[in-house]
Amino acid sequence: MNDMTPDRETRSANLKGLGCSRKRVEDARFTQGKGNYVDDIKLPGMLHGDFVRSPYAHARVVSINKDAALALPGVVAVLTAEDLAPLNLHWMPTLAGDKQMVLADGKVLFQGQEVAFVVAKDRYVAADAVELVEVEYEELPVIVDPFEALKTDVVLREDLAGQTHGAHGPRKHHNHIFTWEQGDETTTNQVLENADVVAEETMYYHRTHPCPLETCGSVASMDKVNGKLTLWGTFQAPHVVRTVASLLSGIEEHNIRVVSPDIGGGFGNKVGVYPGYVCSIVASIVTGVPVKWVEDRMENLMSTAFARDYWMTGKIAATKEGKITGLHCHVTADHGGFDACADPTKFPAGFMNICTGSYDIPVAYLAVDGVYTNKAPGGVSYRCSFRVTEAVYFIERMIEVLAIELNMDAAELRRINFIKKEQFPYQSALGWEYDSGDYHTAWDKALKAVDYEGLRREQAERVEAFKRGETRTLMGIGLSFFTEIVGAGPVKNCDILGMGMFDSCEIRIHPTGSAIARLGTISQGQGHATTFAQILASEIGLSADSITIEEGDTDTAPYGLGTYGSRSTPVAGAATAMAGRKIRAKAQMIAAYLLEVHDDDVEWDIDRFVVKGAPERFKTMKEIAYAAYNQAIPGIEPGLEAVSYYDPPNMTYPFGAYVCVMDIDVDTGVPEIRRFYALDDCGTRINPMIIEGQIHGGLTEALAVALGQEIAYDDLGNVKTGTLMDFFLPTAWEVPNYETDFTVTPSPHHPIGAKGVGESPHVGGVPCFSNAVQDAFRAFGNRHTNMPHDHWRIWQTANRLGLHD
Amino acid sequence: MIPAAFEYHRPTNMDDVIALLTKHGDDARVMAGGHSLIPMMKLRMAEIPHLIDLQDIGGLQDITIHGQRVTLGAMVTQHELINHAALTEVAPILRETALQIADPQVRYMGTVGGNVANGDPGNDMPGLMQCLDAQINLAGPNGARSVAARDYYEAAYMTAREDDEVLVSVSFDSPKSGYAYEKQKRKIGDYATAAAAVTLTKDGGTVASASIAMTNLSDVPVWSEGAGAALIGTRCDADALKAAVEAMLGDIDPTEDNRGPVAFKRHVAGVILKRAITRAWDRA
Repeated sequence: MNDMTPDRETRSANLKGLGCSRKRVEDARFTQGKGNYVDDIKLPGMLHGDFVRSPYAHARVVSINKDAALALPGVVAVLTAEDLAPLNLHWMPTLAGDKQMVLADGKVLFQGQEVAFVVAKDRYVAADAVELVEVEYEELPVIVDPFEALKTDVVLREDLAGQTHGAHGPRKHHNHIFTWEQGDETTTNQVLENADVVAEETMYYHRTHPCPLETCGSVASMDKVNGKLTLWGTFQAPHVVRTVASLLSGIEEHNIRVVSPDIGGGFGNKVGVYPGYVCSIVASIVTGVPVKWVEDRMENLMSTAFARDYWMTGKIAATKEGKITGLHCHVTADHGGFDACADPTKFPAGFMNICTGSYDIPVAYLAVDGVYTNKAPGGVSYRCSFRVTEAVYFIERMIEVLAIELNMDAAELRRINFIKKEQFPYQSALGWEYDSGDYHTAWDKALKAVDYEGLRREQAERVEAFKRGETRTLMGIGLSFFTEIVGAGPVKNCDILGMGMFDSCEIRIHPTGSAIARLGTISQGQGHATTFAQILASEIGLSADSITIEEGDTDTAPYGLGTYGSRSTPVAGAATAMAGRKIRAKAQMIAAYLLEVHDDDVEWDIDRFVVKGAPERFKTMKEIAYAAYNQAIPGIEPGLEAVSYYDPPNMTYPFGAYVCVMDIDVDTGVPEIRRFYALDDCGTRINPMIIEGQIHGGLTEALAVALGQEIAYDDLGNVKTGTLMDFFLPTAWEVPNYETDFTVTPSPHHPIGAKGVGESPHVGGVPCFSNAVQDAFRAFGNRHTNMPHDHWRIWQTANRLGLHD
Repeated sequence: MIPAAFEYHRPTNMDDVIALLTKHGDDARVMAGGHSLIPMMKLRMAEIPHLIDLQDIGGLQDITIHGQRVTLGAMVTQHELINHAALTEVAPILRETALQIADPQVRYMGTVGGNVANGDPGNDMPGLMQCLDAQINLAGPNGARSVAARDYYEAAYMTAREDDEVLVSVSFDSPKSGYAYEKQKRKIGDYATAAAAVTLTKDGGTVASASIAMTNLSDVPVWSEGAGAALIGTRCDADALKAAVEAMLGDIDPTEDNRGPVAFKRHVAGVILKRAITRAWDRA
């Protein structure tokens, strides 16, 4: 060993690998306004598209007159379904096995639906021309209630007339999409019939929207000389978009390049394919010049993928002592005018069958009925893995309702029903294999951290003071314990449009010992360029600062299924580690050659291979990289590259324990969050600072959804919350100080034990905020009240319970 | 969010502004901070062929205080108002109100004049000006005139201002004693679910005078003469508060919107008013 060699601790720290709170390498450009988003892309001769949208939720399109619009100087084209039909692009397949109109084909099914696409030389001219397109509508009866949809004679999808089977089996009614059943109905019903106690509740998880700060958009550029189409867009899954674009357009896949540039948040909103993407492509093919389409905020809220909209009815059976014996869940799922849910093909209700939660429930049954209504299509996983937020909200509310039924403390009820540490890997009644967990430890740590007993004493005193007229504020203690299911997923049962949900990483080590790694995922703010470099740094012994991470360009990145459902770290992160190990395997052979020993006589030590038993003899990874390119080594190809396509053996199951303390002004309905404690166990922690940031963000979106964020419709299908004035997007002002904490239970099947964390706080946060509101009124007879808990609805609860004069 | 085409005018004196308004009539609108008008134009809810920017007109940015008389130029921003020490000294209710308008970014641009002139029932300054019995000073082709804030608002977005007149300033006597502006809103930047402006004076342990106005609880701001009168001679005890609230509830006429149904708004209006009166009384 020479004197210049730093000690092992220093060498390890220099890597900035796993566990390092390394600053985000992305932030320099974002904080200085130097990001490059879709709307920043400006190409020579580029045209601009804008939509004529339906003001009605259900209407027949009688006629469309383009003359006045086409007469406006600067207008190049006005496309309608009639123009797209010869290309067979007036409809497009959805991710859920349904089809969706690209432009209104004879009728419209939701307010804001795309009717015509105006293409003009200038964005302003395009907007002027939209007003000049004359569309004659004949209004039809509007159905906004899914229960009414299943009874009415009104047929929403005339194109499906006579089709008694959909993509997921039989249809019971002309507005019914599918029934999805999981578990054992007969045994579950027997358990419910014979149970000591059964708690029953119906809850509505309202429709909301992911609302990323950047709206959706695309720029299509068809080069008619070389036949290549380049498509920039807000795509959470650029490779899938390329394949879909090829299948739809007939352009061979090698002639399509899809690029996701910087993306300003996705949260599921940018997983699907939207009519705007298709129209920009068609318009570019027709005109031969680039065409840009970027929606505005109102269009985003009104027409691109919503989330939730589940009516959930639960029955939970238990013994007198509180041991849960069975669970029954039925969901009526409002999918809007088209079934455009973004779920793996075999899962039309996503992973709703994780609804047994963190509890050892021996038998369960779930049935989900999907229904068409006159609302926008979508049904995406807003900051969660497929429908997991709905599932966790359901079970965490059912637990609270059962606690009321049993007159038990809800924390204790959870504790006696948790899956025990020694039960993992755990087979759930609805078909999942939970990989690892230690719920009791996490729960005890959380309750101790907040002094749960003390909080309950204070709450009881507050109730007494309230009854004596000494205060008008009630105190709520919100509890939630969640288990996520992320990292979709094993190709054997997870695919999207037939494409298996593996992911990928390709690494190239440069001769001087730096590297580039490309992945099939795409960051929308998660910090992949920072964290994936850390995974790799620990695997290959080069500093994270010397590793460039690239994603999002299908011409350069390996094929992957993209970023959503917290799958990047579980799947692409695993691919990164595996590709890194291939690099290391070759490096070991090179090192052994250079050190003139057998391959088995060297061992890995942080950033180098050392000769076993002779630590002064070593080759650093930098030295090995140089030799790989510049030294003739018998039997070994030059270069140092690797690629890994990783098909995960199982999902990962992050979990957490959250507690919210809330004070509620009974007279105004205003809630004040006094405290929020979040313990997350996401397995191995890659970058604690980024984890903390993810948790703050996910909790804030949970707060939003629980306390006011909704897409509301009136009886005529008009969107009532179409701007950020009414659609609640919290600011720093509304957000409390979050306390974060953790335990570490690595995933046994993931190469580095990581489980994913980006969505956990949202999944666990929503029921926690909601339970706090509901708990505040428990002493006065409240059992359940639906979200969102905005001021007037909280006031209404107090009013219903007779707490006002 | 793309406005229709418009002509942009930026005159340097008021005569030119008036001339433009006279020439273009209903096709022209003046713009102060632009935080009401520009969004309406972007949504194409307002089509304004001639937009007249007031920012180069001298004298509209001044805050003047002569004894108890305060005059705020139309172009004074909420931010300037919040940070003006002398104004806060004589009329702290202005600062208390302005801090509850929108958010800091908007307050850098949003003006007193725009807030008062527009007749938007959600704006906070109109109710405050009614509470303070302010005079609204207008310039027009026939010279200057003043209208009492309590007579200015006719309906939503309809005011006593003629199309060819410009609101140049508001004037009022500084409120002498207790004051409060209480506002409930869903989030920062929101209009009021209910808001109350209260000023009162105390004499010998009871209320000598009181003025109460409510925001966003009708299509115009509501100065409730009866609510103020109900407090005179009282110690703002429970009965007095109840009487004031009852009088106020007789004057407001809220409508249902995303903030909630009418019953909720009426209940909250009462709670907010009680809190405002109590705070004003404590400060008197």
